[in-house]
Amino acid sequence: MRRELTCIVCPIGCSLTVTDKENGELEVTGNRCPRGAAYAVEEITAPKRVVTATCRLGPAGACSESDSKDPIYQRMRRHGLCDPRRLPVKTSAPCPKEYIDELLSEIYRTQVNPPVRRGDIIIKNWKNLGLDVVAVRALD
Amino acid sequence: MKELRYDAVVIGGGAAGMAAALEIDKAGFTCAIVEREDHLGGILMQCIHNGFGLHEFKEELTGPEFAERFAEQVAKSNIKVYLGTTVTDINVQTVQYEKELICASPDHGVLKITCKSVVLAMGCRERNRGNVRIPGSRPAGVYTAGLAQRLVNIEGYIPGKEVVIIGSGDIGLIMARRMSWVGCHVKAVVEIMPYPSGLTRNIVQCLHDFNIPLYLSCQTTNIFGNDRVEGVEVTPMENGALVPEKAFRIDCDTVLLSVGLVPENELSKDAGVELHPTTNGPLVDASLMTNVEGIFACGNVLHVHDLVDWVAEESRFAGKQAAAWLRGERPLHQVRVKAGPNVRYVNPGKLDPSRDNKVYLRSMIVKNDAVLELRLDNRVIKTIKKGHIQPSEMITLSIGPKELEGYTENSALELALL
Amino acid sequence: MTTTFTHNLNPDLTTLPGTNGIPDYDVAIIGCGVSGANIARRLSAYKVKVAVLEKAADVSFGTSKANSGIVHGGFHHNKKYLKARLEIQGNLMFDRLMRELDFPFKRCGIIVAALHEDEMKAVEHLYMQGVENGVIGIELCSRERILELEPKLSPDVVGGLYAPGGGIVEPYRFVFALVESAMKNGVHVFTNYRVEKAERDVPRNKWLITAADGRKINARYVVNAAGLFADEVSRIFGGESFTIKARKGEYYLLDRLTKARPERVVFPVPTSVSKGMLVIPTVEGTVLVGPTADITESKEDFSTTSERLEQILDSGRKMVPSLSRNDVITNFAGLRPVLEEDFYIEPSKVTPAFIQVAGIQSPGLTASPAIGEYVKDLLKNIGLELTEKSDWDPFVERRPRARELSPYELDALIAKDPAWGNMVCRCEQVTEAEIVEAIRQGHTTLDGIKYFTRAQMGRCQGGFCTFKIIKIIMRETGLSYEEITKHGGASRVLEGEL
Repeated sequence: MRRELTCIVCPIGCSLTVTDKENGELEVTGNRCPRGAAYAVEEITAPKRVVTATCRLGPAGACSESDSKDPIYQRMRRHGLCDPRRLPVKTSAPCPKEYIDELLSEIYRTQVNPPVRRGDIIIKNWKNLGLDVVAVRALD
Repeated sequence: MKELRYDAVVIGGGAAGMAAALEIDKAGFTCAIVEREDHLGGILMQCIHNGFGLHEFKEELTGPEFAERFAEQVAKSNIKVYLGTTVTDINVQTVQYEKELICASPDHGVLKITCKSVVLAMGCRERNRGNVRIPGSRPAGVYTAGLAQRLVNIEGYIPGKEVVIIGSGDIGLIMARRMSWVGCHVKAVVEIMPYPSGLTRNIVQCLHDFNIPLYLSCQTTNIFGNDRVEGVEVTPMENGALVPEKAFRIDCDTVLLSVGLVPENELSKDAGVELHPTTNGPLVDASLMTNVEGIFACGNVLHVHDLVDWVAEESRFAGKQAAAWLRGERPLHQVRVKAGPNVRYVNPGKLDPSRDNKVYLRSMIVKNDAVLELRLDNRVIKTIKKGHIQPSEMITLSIGPKELEGYTENSALELALL
Repeated sequence: MTTTFTHNLNPDLTTLPGTNGIPDYDVAIIGCGVSGANIARRLSAYKVKVAVLEKAADVSFGTSKANSGIVHGGFHHNKKYLKARLEIQGNLMFDRLMRELDFPFKRCGIIVAALHEDEMKAVEHLYMQGVENGVIGIELCSRERILELEPKLSPDVVGGLYAPGGGIVEPYRFVFALVESAMKNGVHVFTNYRVEKAERDVPRNKWLITAADGRKINARYVVNAAGLFADEVSRIFGGESFTIKARKGEYYLLDRLTKARPERVVFPVPTSVSKGMLVIPTVEGTVLVGPTADITESKEDFSTTSERLEQILDSGRKMVPSLSRNDVITNFAGLRPVLEEDFYIEPSKVTPAFIQVAGIQSPGLTASPAIGEYVKDLLKNIGLELTEKSDWDPFVERRPRARELSPYELDALIAKDPAWGNMVCRCEQVTEAEIVEAIRQGHTTLDGIKYFTRAQMGRCQGGFCTFKIIKIIMRETGLSYEEITKHGGASRVLEGEL
């Protein structure tokens, strides 16, 4: 078996070739660094991707607390056109491709109530695959 | 009307603005950032995908993470941040290099900010359907990729179900994946050039992963639908000309345009800043200063970057130079830089021969074993192997006193790609 | 806070006085473009109950929003035509209307440029026609004179004609202002009211008019100002049988910063079919080039084509050589309602209490104020009693626009309402306050807000502001995301929610 693929670990995108050796091992050529070799093997045997997505935010769907007493805050709240309605998240490690659709469904269903810190774990060790879903933005 | 005074004002609180402001603040000058959104971070806040910061932080980060690292530093600094505040006018006074910025904000009313130095960091806007003149009707469902990205990633709305994306630049590719991940059917990416313009890794993880066809050398020649998009007509090109007989239709209800970015220089023009006809960004010297004394430019407003890491690097430099200018320091000599064969443009337009200069250029060609040649006054002084080059990947290099040895007042350094 | 009369926009039919639960009106005007809006406003000065029935989601959504925006000079048509007489009369009414209604209008003057000697003969003919029509100040120009009047003209020009009374207007703002004035004076405007059926109640001398969505009103008199669909409306009422064809005009719009912006509206010498492709300095500061003239099969085909667009630029460049493709912001098309050579404005001879206002092509916009007068008189002739209102108010509220204000004026407004400080559309400098006002005036579609405020019309063409406008509409109207449309009907902008 001989397969050609493009490495996606970094923006260079080396053209890799993976060959089956007689002893059953996989040989990778064309990589400029060891991460590429590891990627190629994984891509052939167990392809994975880092997943980024968004969760629903808070009860009122926006950065809430409309009963803050600060008058300037009040005026800002009224004009909350820039308030995000979603919290961006990412997986702490790549997710096996065959599970991505299921993971996305769960992430979209998940609601997070502010305040959130960057790095907060939203879903811990999903399906025991050793990956967390973490917030990538702070919102309060 | 509130009147304020700072040594420097940075217009724009994205990656460029924050990086520049931090340097000005470090140098001990008073500095304000004026940002029209309610948050710092600029466009990075809607770029929730991975791939930022490999050079800057040696990590792969999402857009918001990259932005927040800077925003945290800004919060710890003495920089005064005006959010939700839009600069509407810049008046350059004849007195003492002062500039007056008129800004509108819901919280503060109209602000008149006087400063000596201005750093332009307003970023860029997307080219739209009108710019590329796609004929057809004007139904709902035609968006620029960036607007769709905002709607999906921050507002949580899905603009359509069956999507055709025009343009295979990174923004278009990223949106191909994003729309797929939110449940849309991305039916095609249509690219006018014979090669895709985005990074190869994005072709793999945004198109191949989802089996989205990429039509190269094709133009979108019609958009159908009265109320909502019903389909597009795609016409292939051969030898640079359209072949109408081979046109085909793709049914869809959404068209995303990823057809290029244009630096946003309306305010710059107001201030009398001259623009480079190729980049549409300001003409700048070795200090990234425009033709107006004390006005500097950096980031996407200067020229559209593909990596935010270079934006941060360039903007830190601009901030340092703005601080130097405030101290009264100016480069003694400057050598002109020219775009030579196969080079679309080079920034900055001048180099300071007394130090290292970071130079950014774009190729006009796609080539595999390319060579970058430096010629000082028509004499080849350096050759650098570049390997694979393509127009969508900015090339950077450092040019210093060694390369510019023997320069004269009228010298010109030409960069050529061969 | 500006007062609005939007209780007169789509009023609740069940609360209105009528017969058998159906509201009674004296006059129903079908179609709310320039003709319908002018007629409505004119009638609003009298003690008559008027309803305007507009099939689209907003007024001015038909031909009245996609045209050259020119107030014509009065020399293009022989005065034997009704359209010529109404053009002259209408032209003169614009100054007063602008003072009363605060819409953008400027008498910049019209030039007809001859590019070779043969064309000068046609120009002379137009000049003489203008003199006969009583056009004030019209002149025949030498090459020197015409280049002095319009320096951006091609040096190949040999001479031409100058009509200082010609001008430019923002046509949709004109219609919005007329409608606001009409509503302020009691006219009811119904949108999304597509007339489907008309039944004559003979004993009571009324028309029972039913909309596609089931709404019904009664009206003693009907004015058919339905533009492209006037033929269908005539049929529904048992009126004359005629066919309106659509003739498409495509335009290019160029950036404000283009170097090719002329001072005057530049016309070529006309052909037998149309006035030709013009270069128009719009009153907002942009440049329009066009229109083309092609008969179109469908009355709903507003598509632009690449062949025509190339033609437009080439044609424009003959007169103004500095026009550049690089300055193009967008393009659009309008459809002219083609019937016959002249306006067809007269009471129907075959169905009662029905006035036809059809085939209003160029110079329709110019003539429209005079059409209002003319139709008012026609209605009077066929029996409508007109008693003047003593409290008729010709003026509408002058609304500030952030981009026209000084910093001090804007500051004062922000102190009263912070929404004036939120620059939603920064290309055209349109604040949240203005967008909220547009919505309160009944413009709840993206296009309606665009025409009222100019947000989404600038360089970025809505790239940055559209999501904000969508959120403002949702907040102000309570509509859900699925109900936000570009121009009403099925033009939804969002398909789903995460």
